Amino acid sequence: MNRRQFFKLCASSTATSAISALGLLPGKAFAAVREFKLLRAKETRNNCCYCSVGCGLLMYSHGSNGKNAEKSIFHIEGDADHPVNRGSLCPKGAGLVDYVNSPNRNHFPEVREPGTNEWKRISWNEAFGRIARLMKDDRDANFIEKNSDGTTVNRWLSTGMMTSSAQPNEGAYITHKFARSLGLVAIDTIARN
Amino acid sequence: MSTQDIILSSGTSRLSPAAQVRKKLSKVAKLFDATKCNGCKACQVSCSEWNDLRAPIGEFTGSYQNPADLSSECWTLMKFNEVTDEKDKLLRWQFTHTACMHCDDPACLTACSTKDAIVQHANGIVDFDSDKCIGCGYCVTACPFDVPKLDSVDQKAYKCTMCSDRLQVGQEPSCVKSCTTGALKFGTREDMLFIADMRIKQLHEKGFAKAGLYNPKGVGGTGMMMILHDIDDPQSYGLPADPKTSLSIKLWQDVVKPLGAAGIIATVAVACLHRITVGRNIVEEDEPAAFDHSHPSKSDKE
Repeated sequence: MNRRQFFKLCASSTATSAISALGLLPGKAFAAVREFKLLRAKETRNNCCYCSVGCGLLMYSHGSNGKNAEKSIFHIEGDADHPVNRGSLCPKGAGLVDYVNSPNRNHFPEVREPGTNEWKRISWNEAFGRIARLMKDDRDANFIEKNSDGTTVNRWLSTGMMTSSAQPNEGAYITHKFARSLGLVAIDTIARN
Repeated sequence: MSTQDIILSSGTSRLSPAAQVRKKLSKVAKLFDATKCNGCKACQVSCSEWNDLRAPIGEFTGSYQNPADLSSECWTLMKFNEVTDEKDKLLRWQFTHTACMHCDDPACLTACSTKDAIVQHANGIVDFDSDKCIGCGYCVTACPFDVPKLDSVDQKAYKCTMCSDRLQVGQEPSCVKSCTTGALKFGTREDMLFIADMRIKQLHEKGFAKAGLYNPKGVGGTGMMMILHDIDDPQSYGLPADPKTSLSIKLWQDVVKPLGAAGIIATVAVACLHRITVGRNIVEEDEPAAFDHSHPSKSDKE
């Protein structure tokens, strides 16, 4: 090939590619749809615990239950089979995955003692012991067995209980039984906090 | 999804259609009923959750609307349009579920010069392919609804995909699934039009005489239709009254570019024809030399 032929070849190939670049020779257009991200994810049913409505959830996690795979939740959406929400969720529920994976979650019990502004880390045993001790002391001091008419009332008015809002009937029954057997009158759910 | 699921593709001329559809998919649509929406933002949150978008926390702009506008990290936004009621002069919110309208005749796709960066699927969804996007921003300026946004990191355009990844496996878009009031519905366009028709009749009976369906014809109808309280005043919802592809874009893409291509082809064709019929212009060697080639090179064979 001599110099002139080389130039001719260059010119003709430039012209050809210029024509094809004008869209006259369309290639295959592949629809680049994002991969469906839940394929083979583990699906777990649960209830949203952030209000008393108790919407059904589908929680999707990585990890096939294999011994060596750590499960971690990466997507949560409404459970369409749940009679309460039939798949829908409020913004609080729709953003649940960020609650689950929040760096601000409580990982251990902490106590802020009266008169201080510092949170102190304690063990679960200490926490349960402390709660039981304080409840017992308060109940012993303020329990009302009979009212002014002499009727047995068994009231404990100085303490209230905040319970879970998303429980099945059985859980609600047990919670109620526990609280009422102590004489608690003020019972509410975390839905109202 | 296969090639044949694409019915329109950017950067190609009408003379050479992008692909042919053999699978006759029915067109789908999202129906937003502004008269049912209570502005809870579940659609906005579930969009960000499903599409793994976490926009940086913005600043308070004096409205419940947050963030202030769509961005490459926020594909669905509840707009809290504040309107004063004519009768009682009280403040009223008009919520708009703001996301891509998935126009039948998309201005972004027409404006885009990059081949296949914007495609329309056979089900009517207008989708961006960020692998092919060159970040020119033509779609951003072309869109009459101001939907596509350039990302500040990779400089590519992003917008709502109508969860095309969910649609391909037979699920509804994430926003529609989460909607608690039933203000968002999803189905074929035919079904959505039917439902909208029934709902508008119901609204008329209830005294909303101006209620109507926002499905602008200027863009060939949209894949997201809206039932508004007052169809005569879409601007109060932050929607354009008569959206369409601008004339300059149409002229450029449909007239100037094909003409330019035709011009180049014609030039090449004429050149070839001239070469075949007339041949090369041979300069006679025996003409009187204007310049004395005293030492002609041996390698120059001509």
